[in-house]
Amino acid sequence: MPSAPLDTLYQIETPEGIDLPLRPAGLLPRSLAFAFDLGLRGLILGILFLALAFLGNLGIGLGSILLFLVSWWYMVLFEVLNQGCSPGKQIMGLRVVQDDGTPISWSASLIRNLLRFVDMLPFGYFLGALSCLQHPHFKRLGDLAAGTLVIYREQPLSRPQVPQAPALRLPFALDLNEQRAILGFAERQGELSTERANELAAILATPLQVSPNRAVSELNGVARGLLGPT
Amino acid sequence: MKQSLFESRHQPQWQAFAAQLTQLEQGKAKTGDFADFPHHYRRLCQHLALAQERGYSSYLVDPLQQLALRGHQQLYRHRSQLGANVLGFVLADFPRLVREQWRFVLAASMLFFGSLLGIALLVYLFPDLIYSIVSPQQVAEMQSMYDPDASRLGRAAERASSEDWMMFGYYVMHNIGIAFQTFAAGLLFGLGSVFFLFFNGLIIGAVAGHLTQIGYGQTFWSFVIGHGAFELSAIALAGAAGLQLGWALIAPGHLARSESLRLAARKSVQMICGVMVFLLIAAFIEAYWSSTTTVAPWIKYLVGAALWLVMAAYLLFAGRNHHAPE
Repeated sequence: MPSAPLDTLYQIETPEGIDLPLRPAGLLPRSLAFAFDLGLRGLILGILFLALAFLGNLGIGLGSILLFLVSWWYMVLFEVLNQGCSPGKQIMGLRVVQDDGTPISWSASLIRNLLRFVDMLPFGYFLGALSCLQHPHFKRLGDLAAGTLVIYREQPLSRPQVPQAPALRLPFALDLNEQRAILGFAERQGELSTERANELAAILATPLQVSPNRAVSELNGVARGLLGPT
Repeated sequence: MKQSLFESRHQPQWQAFAAQLTQLEQGKAKTGDFADFPHHYRRLCQHLALAQERGYSSYLVDPLQQLALRGHQQLYRHRSQLGANVLGFVLADFPRLVREQWRFVLAASMLFFGSLLGIALLVYLFPDLIYSIVSPQQVAEMQSMYDPDASRLGRAAERASSEDWMMFGYYVMHNIGIAFQTFAAGLLFGLGSVFFLFFNGLIIGAVAGHLTQIGYGQTFWSFVIGHGAFELSAIALAGAAGLQLGWALIAPGHLARSESLRLAARKSVQMICGVMVFLLIAAFIEAYWSSTTTVAPWIKYLVGAALWLVMAAYLLFAGRNHHAPE
């Protein structure tokens, strides 16, 4: 049994029996997103108050309703109506989802944002930061109660080319992890310097029974062989 | 099967599925078009499982995983409980919930109304006590507000209709803010809710006792009795919701604490929605009815008593007859 990989992936199992990995976001990107939201809210309120100042008492009434809406409902409305992203989260590439990976519901969003008040106690998000730092999936108290998770939004991937090489077949069988490792090596070669690629491939020179400086092209050939004719 | 063959065979299906997803995510879907969506989704899941099992490269598996995740989010999204049936909630579900949680409601009410009445009585009997609870400036402010010689009532001395608006906004913000605080603080093992219930009861009770004692009782009580029905009970209910959160942490029963908290939070947030409705009603009454001075005090007392009765009857009896769980 190999030891658990050293990452923070959060696996959800779907009813179809497949595991979907989510990537929970840590304290720093979340605080930056919150700081951005805070600034934006300040800006909105500032502009609206300037406009409302001309309306006299009616303006003060509308202003307090607005202050209420912006301070308690800004996050909820954005999270539910905008695919789990407040503007700050949008910029930081984050989103909120339920624990089971589905979009956040009204009640969950309301819970996590009302309980923000407790996360801010006793000052400057102290409790929230503590909870976030000690939790394996970086949940603050509001997230714990609401059953929500802040994750990185999935980014579209661009697929690199496997280097040209004559397709090869190895005389022995590879297990799944070995296959994926070899494919991964071939596909990500563009990100490595030639020396590093050589160094990595040389580790396998002995089992492949080639000289170390031919190991890279040998591995590329094996990868080609695994991919099949294109 | 080799990876390239697998890919070239199914690529068109994946692209069609991705296009469907984009349409669903942008909310442009028409009902008829997506009858085959679950079928496509299951096929994609099968492809993903195959690709993982056969050790295909991560640059194939990862995009398939992303597609599966997006499909999962579309297929299994939670039905939102709040916006869906507001009427059913107001007519039946909210009072049912309050009755179901009667232990917390009782505890919160005793804390809040108990401290309110107790301190009111104490301040009435020992007038100097007020100064150890409320600062002298605030006492003076309160006195000028409810001075029987002043023609108008409430937190503004002179009020036009635009001022009713202003006060409405102020009450909404101020009171719902307090209710939210009382609720949220319950997460600290209920201690926060206990504190806010007790503290608010203390302040309100002290002011009430003081004003009655110096002979401003008529103006004060006729002002507060109307909206008090909804405002004070709403604070107590918000406290009850908070206590529920705290209790879920203190005594989770056979559940894990995190799980018990999640379940309690789901219930208590419904309670908070009802509290918001109560506070909107209260702010409306406070801004437009309580502040009028053209009506004789006895009418106000009568209407106020009626409102208390309506509120109590609503919480006790609404939603009992049809589909009642008990």
